[in-house]
Amino acid sequence: MTAAYALYGVAALIVLAPVAIALSTSPHGTAVIYGASLIITLTLGMIALLCLFGRAQTPGIILPLGLPWLGAHFRIDALAAFFLAVVNLGGAAASLFALGYGRHEHSPQRVLPFYPAYLAAMNLVVMADDAFSFLVSWEFMSLTSWALVIAHHRVGENMRAGYIYLLMASFGTLTLLLAFGLLAGADGNYAFDAIRESHPSAALSALVLILALVGAGSKAGVVPLHAWLPLAHPAAPSHVSALMSGVMTKVAVYGFVRIVFDLLGPPDWWWSMVVLAVGGITAVMGVLYALMQHDLKRLLAYHTVENIGIIFIGLGLALAFKAHGMALAAALALTAALLHVFNHSVFKSLLFFGAGAVLNATGERDMEHLGGLIHRMPQTAFVFLVGCVAISALPPLNGFVSEWLTFQAILISPQLPAWGLKLLVPAVGALLALSAALAAACFVKAFGVSFLGRARTPAAAQAHETDSNSLAAMYFLAALCLVAGILPGIFIDALAPVTNTLVGVSMPQQADLEWLTIVPIAESRSSYNGLLVFIFVVLSGSIAAFAIHRIASDKLRRAPAWDCGYPDPSPAAQYTASSFAQPIRRVYGTSVFHAREIGEMPPPGSLASARLTVELHDLIWDAAYAPVAKGIEYAAEKLNYLQFLTIRRYLTLVFAALVLLLLVLAIWQ
Amino acid sequence: MIRDLALQGAQMLAVVVLAPLLTGLVRKMKARLLRRQGPPLIQPYRDLIRLIRKEVVLAEGASWLFRVIPYIIFAGTWVAASLVPTFGSGLLFSWSADLIAIIALLGSARFFLALAGLDVGTSFGGIGSSREVMIASLAEPAMLMIVFTLALIAGSTQLSTMAAYMATGEEGLRVSLGLALLALIMVAIAENARIPIDNPATHLELTMVHEAMVLEYSGRHLALIDLTSELKLLLYISVIGCLFAPWGIAGPDANPRAIAIGFVAYLAKLAVGGLLLAAFETAIAKMRVFRVPAFLGAALMLGLLGTLLLFVSGSL
Repeated sequence: MTAAYALYGVAALIVLAPVAIALSTSPHGTAVIYGASLIITLTLGMIALLCLFGRAQTPGIILPLGLPWLGAHFRIDALAAFFLAVVNLGGAAASLFALGYGRHEHSPQRVLPFYPAYLAAMNLVVMADDAFSFLVSWEFMSLTSWALVIAHHRVGENMRAGYIYLLMASFGTLTLLLAFGLLAGADGNYAFDAIRESHPSAALSALVLILALVGAGSKAGVVPLHAWLPLAHPAAPSHVSALMSGVMTKVAVYGFVRIVFDLLGPPDWWWSMVVLAVGGITAVMGVLYALMQHDLKRLLAYHTVENIGIIFIGLGLALAFKAHGMALAAALALTAALLHVFNHSVFKSLLFFGAGAVLNATGERDMEHLGGLIHRMPQTAFVFLVGCVAISALPPLNGFVSEWLTFQAILISPQLPAWGLKLLVPAVGALLALSAALAAACFVKAFGVSFLGRARTPAAAQAHETDSNSLAAMYFLAALCLVAGILPGIFIDALAPVTNTLVGVSMPQQADLEWLTIVPIAESRSSYNGLLVFIFVVLSGSIAAFAIHRIASDKLRRAPAWDCGYPDPSPAAQYTASSFAQPIRRVYGTSVFHAREIGEMPPPGSLASARLTVELHDLIWDAAYAPVAKGIEYAAEKLNYLQFLTIRRYLTLVFAALVLLLLVLAIWQ
Repeated sequence: MIRDLALQGAQMLAVVVLAPLLTGLVRKMKARLLRRQGPPLIQPYRDLIRLIRKEVVLAEGASWLFRVIPYIIFAGTWVAASLVPTFGSGLLFSWSADLIAIIALLGSARFFLALAGLDVGTSFGGIGSSREVMIASLAEPAMLMIVFTLALIAGSTQLSTMAAYMATGEEGLRVSLGLALLALIMVAIAENARIPIDNPATHLELTMVHEAMVLEYSGRHLALIDLTSELKLLLYISVIGCLFAPWGIAGPDANPRAIAIGFVAYLAKLAVGGLLLAAFETAIAKMRVFRVPAFLGAALMLGLLGTLLLFVSGSL
């Protein structure tokens, strides 16, 4: 029955879309639509949690929609329930945030109708139980999010972002269509149950894996298919950016997990090599790109790419263990990946909300124009800081737990017999460690340049704190970061039914352990207790503060900054986002981005100012996208000739085509 | 239970009391090697007390975060140092964070210190922070690779278990252990801002990193930051000591005699570590800041090589 209730919820969201068209110009439209979305997503989230914890196998539902001989199948199993919870948690937080944030929208009629439809689409993708409904919902999700991306179509390069997004989304759906086509076989039985029964040959499975990786990966943003993501995610209104980055990429991960772990049958060992390599490269490239940005929202979008890489590393490890029959290790790696799915959806939404609040308060996304916001927006600064610590994988918050579990999974992998994996996994481990350290650098920059220091523009100096609804949403997510960080056992146990269905076993029960420690394998091997670490740090910090203030001195005097005796009164003399990243650009960027710094000094005696130009090249764009675009343009130009022929020539062409086809047919038989 | 708690408390107290002494020893030794008299051994304690008693002169643009950060980084580093086996292994709370978590705790402390450098909005703070995160972006993965190597040999990421395993002496000499030791020393030098990466004795130099970040701190805040860096030095020497010189460490249920022996052995290890550091720092010149990536890249590659060897063969 739960699936039916969930479908009612989705139906309510779909109904909300036309209502939004009617209400979009009324003064209360925003409050009504986002309020209703909030209530519906909360209900759907509750249903998802009931399914996840109830562990009851809910029967599927077949609606008389779609293909007449197939119908539309919907079912909520453990995997779907988990992702449904992630989707609706993100949806509820975004709706709550938008209750305040959406009031400042200039053209609500471009956002409001698509927002509930977008939420409905993501829910439908996760609940779909046949390939046809899955693909239709997937495309629905792409189109509604595209409409939201170009909501502010007159601003900057948003139209271009929307165009590239639409192209990449169509490409992704095409590959998924082919993948499902291959899975369903010649009979065209698209129900997931039937697909599970069929056992495709090894070559066919491999092809499906590659297609699924390309299709779902392009939506999730794996390198090199990420090009659209940092353009499209920041272009949307901030609460939608949060949904796209925090939630929709997770729906894409769901698509990959569903196909590869559930539908495709037992994996080959080399599959994991592909997934691991893609994950490792994605993680490092994503964070390096992020470090080079000075647009706050684009930095966050690039950082999503990094986290997707971390998730794919976990999934790759799980595939490797599953292929070699190491079920317990597979459960550990899969739990790590899925926990990171949840964690990332929480802190990435939080950070995009923070960026939205900053955008609202200052009208700026460019970090070079911000600074000193901690004085003007203390609460936003605090929650944004929590998000930064969490995403940098620092204890005691939640990002650390999932990365720690991934590291533990890597440490079991020497037992894998395959030689390729023996060589690849340590390298991937190094890439993961590198990306974790670079992520911390990236968020020191993001928080430090935007919120600390002195205001660089009048807009930043006159910023104001954001409204209470937005703050409530951010505080809620920040609290979740802390809870998931210090009590990870609860969340790991919640994932047990998911790993049970996908790899057959689950990690040992964590909630019963003493002191709420998490112990992946055995205590002598590794254990981590976020709660105790948190308590120790808070206690020792407070004791130190209390003791020093009490017995020594608590006197304080404000004075001008020291700065080695050369304080510069101009805020422009502070470190900017690009100067902060300069050492890292110099270390990594020269090879990865062909970065070059060109300093132009005026001749002696001249009063002209010196200039420093930094050149960065997006090599992936130059190597993979630009040639394709150029090729299509060239072909289009040449084919254009065909539009201006005489009727005789057209008839000749038609005749030639007919003869050719007949010849092909004759040779074929 | 009471005994365990007391031992854990003793460790917490010991690390924080011994840390300034270790720094004093290093300074004294460096001075003696340069044929100077040098400050007395207890000079770091005097400095700390003097700083604590002074009033804080806070820069005008400093936010609340700037005032909280010294306590955060001190607490994080102190907790991390309390979880490393010093005189005894398997203490009451030693399982609450394994070596990866200890590294990450130090990472948290560094994250906040780098933010502090940016808070006042001065160019010196920014230069320190940006270079610190550049160094960290290589030192942290190198450290994790070292942890991987050691964890694969000992079959655990728990420092207590690792120390106990190394103490059995079953391993003997292994290539990967040697690589890990070399890399660990390189990372420890970088992490503690010692020569040749950074110079702890310098001010007013464009090459400084750590000192540039904390330039705006004064009074009790500066005292805490100094104590934190002294603790961090002690922590790294303790880690190297418990893994590569695990002699004399008292077991989980040791008698008072064993604990006393462990304590004396620990003091000896700290002294030897401090002397070696002083000798090394005196013998070598500071390198340019953009030579540092090559230095740390070498540490990262050594760590990776160690891990790779263990993945490929169990006996290397």
